[in-house]
Amino acid sequence: MMATIQSVAGDEGQHPDIALVERVKAGDISAYDELVRKYERQVFRIAQHITQNREDAEDVMQDAFLKAYEKLDQFQGNAKFYTWLVRIAVNESLMRLRKRRTGKLVSMDEDIETEEGRVPRDFADWAPDPEQNYDNSELSEILRKTIQGLPRGFRVVFALRDIEGLSTEETAEALNLSVPAVKSRLLRARLQLRERLSRHFRPGAKPAPPPRQAGSPAGKRV
Amino acid sequence: MTCTEFLAILDEVIDQSIAAETRAEIEVHMKKCGHCEVVFNTTRKTIEIYRAHELYELPTDLRDRLHNAIMEKCKKSKGPCS
Repeated sequence: MMATIQSVAGDEGQHPDIALVERVKAGDISAYDELVRKYERQVFRIAQHITQNREDAEDVMQDAFLKAYEKLDQFQGNAKFYTWLVRIAVNESLMRLRKRRTGKLVSMDEDIETEEGRVPRDFADWAPDPEQNYDNSELSEILRKTIQGLPRGFRVVFALRDIEGLSTEETAEALNLSVPAVKSRLLRARLQLRERLSRHFRPGAKPAPPPRQAGSPAGKRV
Repeated sequence: MTCTEFLAILDEVIDQSIAAETRAEIEVHMKKCGHCEVVFNTTRKTIEIYRAHELYELPTDLRDRLHNAIMEKCKKSKGPCS
């Protein structure tokens, strides 16, 4: 009886994904269906952040889940399944970019030797609730363009750590980087995004809508 | 605390992973330094805005199509036990 209680208590401490992984390893593919359902949106978003291309992200998502399924016996269970899956998705994304560039090496370290974002330069405060000045599609466009402008190595660290909520250690593991490298890139990513968003979010940044032209002779040459 | 020292621990301040006494020093510094206060507030806001907005949505029909394609491929593969 005691042993049963202890083993139940032990199971409670285990991440629920581990039980699903064990079921898949035992041949129950419906458990993998659950894992795919649980993480497909995250994998799609991460692939989008790296490839910046919707079709590529769709392909990466499929390839990553297939590869994870085929290699599941290599998953040791000492890491989280999700972190392990993200690592596969990151590698698949980089391979997809390499294909697009006809074999040219693609890495996480491109263009990170920029001076931008090492120290803040813009000290203008933002308008209160600055996002309220834009409608949803305008705001999404600003946020997408701004993050797309970051070097890949910064963009992905920000996406994993701040958007997807991985810890610093998990981000390091998923990207095969050291913890200090993740910390340094995260700070610079955050500062660069802040600086670039300031252009849109400082008070008065959004130009007033153009005056109505109807009936106005203003544009007419005389 | 100097602005350089403040910047060095900005991430920890934002992630709230610092000791209470360091936090007190930071508050004192921010009261004196408007620039650092702006950097702290706007950086924190940057993260909040990105967290709150889904940039790459996966519409349900596309999600279902991709999900089914993944599961079909897995069923055809030899699987993890091969």
